[in-house]
Amino acid sequence: MKARLLALCIALAPPGAAHAEDQAERLGDAARGAEIFGLCKGCHQIGPGARNRIGPHLNEIFGRRAGAIEDFSYSKAMDRAFSDGLVWDYDRLDAYLENPRALVSGTRMSFRGLANPQDRHDVLAYLRDFTASPQDIPESAPTALPREVALPPEVLAIVGDADYGAYLASECLTCHQQDGSDAGIPSITRWPVEDFVVAMHAYKRKLRPHPVMQMMAGRLSDEEIAALAAYFRNLE
Amino acid sequence: MRWNRRVFMGTGAAAAAALSAPMLGAQGRPRVVVVGGGAGGATAARYLAKDSQGGIEVMLVEPTRSYYTCFFSNLYLGGFRTLDSLAHGYGTLAAGYGVNVVHDWVIGVDRDARTVHLAGGASLPYDKLVLSPGIDFVEGAVPGWDLSAQDVMPHAYKAGTQTALLKAQIEAMPQGGTYVMVAPPNPYRCPPGPYERISMVAHHFKTHNPTAKILIADPKPGFSKQALFEEGWERHYQGMVERLGPDFGGGNVRVDPAGMEVDIDGELVKADVVNVIPAQKAGHICAAAGLTEGNWAPVDGHSMVSRMDPDIHILGDASAQGDMPKSGFSANSQAKVAAMAIRGALTGSRVFPAKYSNTCWSLIAPEDGVKVGAAYEPTEEKIASVSSFVSQTGEDTALRKATYEESLGWYDGITADMFG
Ligand SMILES: Cc1cc2nc3c(=O)[nH]c(=O)nc-3n(C[C@H](O)[C@H](O)[C@H](O)COP(=O)(O)OP(=O)(O)OC[C@H]3O[C@@H](n4cnc5c(N)ncnc54)[C@H](O)[C@@H]3O)c2cc1C
Repeated sequence: MKARLLALCIALAPPGAAHAEDQAERLGDAARGAEIFGLCKGCHQIGPGARNRIGPHLNEIFGRRAGAIEDFSYSKAMDRAFSDGLVWDYDRLDAYLENPRALVSGTRMSFRGLANPQDRHDVLAYLRDFTASPQDIPESAPTALPREVALPPEVLAIVGDADYGAYLASECLTCHQQDGSDAGIPSITRWPVEDFVVAMHAYKRKLRPHPVMQMMAGRLSDEEIAALAAYFRNLE
Repeated sequence: MRWNRRVFMGTGAAAAAALSAPMLGAQGRPRVVVVGGGAGGATAARYLAKDSQGGIEVMLVEPTRSYYTCFFSNLYLGGFRTLDSLAHGYGTLAAGYGVNVVHDWVIGVDRDARTVHLAGGASLPYDKLVLSPGIDFVEGAVPGWDLSAQDVMPHAYKAGTQTALLKAQIEAMPQGGTYVMVAPPNPYRCPPGPYERISMVAHHFKTHNPTAKILIADPKPGFSKQALFEEGWERHYQGMVERLGPDFGGGNVRVDPAGMEVDIDGELVKADVVNVIPAQKAGHICAAAGLTEGNWAPVDGHSMVSRMDPDIHILGDASAQGDMPKSGFSANSQAKVAAMAIRGALTGSRVFPAKYSNTCWSLIAPEDGVKVGAAYEPTEEKIASVSSFVSQTGEDTALRKATYEESLGWYDGITADMFG
């Protein structure tokens, strides 16, 4: 099965060996993924008879809308992801596994994330075995979206110009409240700089679903994002 | 005009001192006079005072003590907000930010002497002037209607008593009665505003007067978020709303306030409520100051400075700037750019390239919210749209509900950003 998918994938891939390799890597090793899934088992069940525990069960996770299990009580952040229309396709799951808070700030999933892309691909290969008709798996729906919010260290290292941030921030404060209230619109004050930067890049790359934020982040440069992060970090 | 000629009422000793010695900026600080305490003016005053940290003396001239936001005034018509919840005072701007709030009406601008004249008799010299007076109506735009008819056929396009009157009329409408809206031609404030209003009025009728009819006479072939509104009207208010566009004579309207009749392309309609929203122009102080071209006041999008006077910035609805819609969000966005440019000119603070944005939420029915928005940047010629989005037809109820809740958050956010 895996070999067949792999062949198909390479056949579909545009010229360029790098891309084909990239896709191949993403098919992952489900057996290894099952081992890594041990990290998740404390909270999540998967397979026949799986039930919601601390976290929701993960059967049919591919193609499921975020925060969609009726009788599970999600964080406010995950509820918001639900109404924003976040759907767990391959790229989103990959981003979430890499750094949960980068995709859904305020998620209750206290997991540091899997930095190694191969680990994530393997876990996703394992999870995919429990989704009957996976949507958006690499070989069925190659998507134009970049897959990851992994940012080069030099982007994370930019020291934001807080003065510039103060001006840019005035645009954010039309909706997000200065005092950190979060009714209807999330609070963005006093976030750790890295979380802020990663979240903005996730909007910029359209991994996070909200259209206003995709538009606002879409026109910000790396320096401008850093400037905003610096400004909001210290907003009293 | 129905404004009382109010004698100035300063909100603090500083205001009184400044006014009693109007010939110099108090304490030698540069002075900015802001005319109009609405969406654009209040934001400009707040940002100038806040960011200059006392380095600029900011005077805000606004005749009313409570500003009623037009935004969300349709929700009041639909029963989702109280009128009180739309009122904002200037106490925080005065006490918290040191803005000198002067409750008076500007009747003239002497551009050579850089002085504004107030109805109460005082004169205020300025180093920079900000005008954000909103709109006035084009005389004769709807034959048969003028301002003296607004107590019979309200426009409710400036919020406050007009909005309360329209609501009272809607509530008093006989069962099965007819509500007619005369919609405005472009450009006017809040492109989706008339159609959000139709939705809210229809919601009221659906619950209280289900056989009522709504008729829109519209001079425009199409309108903002049209597909979303029409889908919503079909879903929530089936058969209640009828719109006559220009192809059905919607642009050829005359009203008779005494007889409560509307003549649409020769067809006489007997109405119970007639909401006339006439064609609009910049608040008249702009024309009085010689700053308009046609109906609006042209500005340079890099700083919102008037194309006719380098010491005057014009914000919000009154300005002709390019692609931005006339909205509270736009006025607020423009005010921040202008405040930055003015501080740069007067105090040497850093000036960054202008960025603008706008998002307009509209409520179609309970928890059925939609939005449209865009980001903008200045070119030599105008403020140009660089990207945009709009809600889609057929969105699910969870997304629509979240969009509505988002609009509530936005209202709290933007009013705090304006009034402190
Ligand atoms: C029904 C309706 C719904 C709307 N909904 C939305 C919405 O959902 N979102 C949105 O962003 N926008 C909305 N708007 C548009 C928004 O209200 C306006 O675009 C916005 O208020 C414009 O701001 P402004 O500063 O130009 O003018 P205004 O807010 O109108 O402020 C002008 C102020 O200037 C004062 N003034 C005028 N002339 C003088 C003078 N000579 N001297 C002293 N003071 C003076 C007036 O008293 C007034 O307070 C809506 C408008 C309407 C009518």
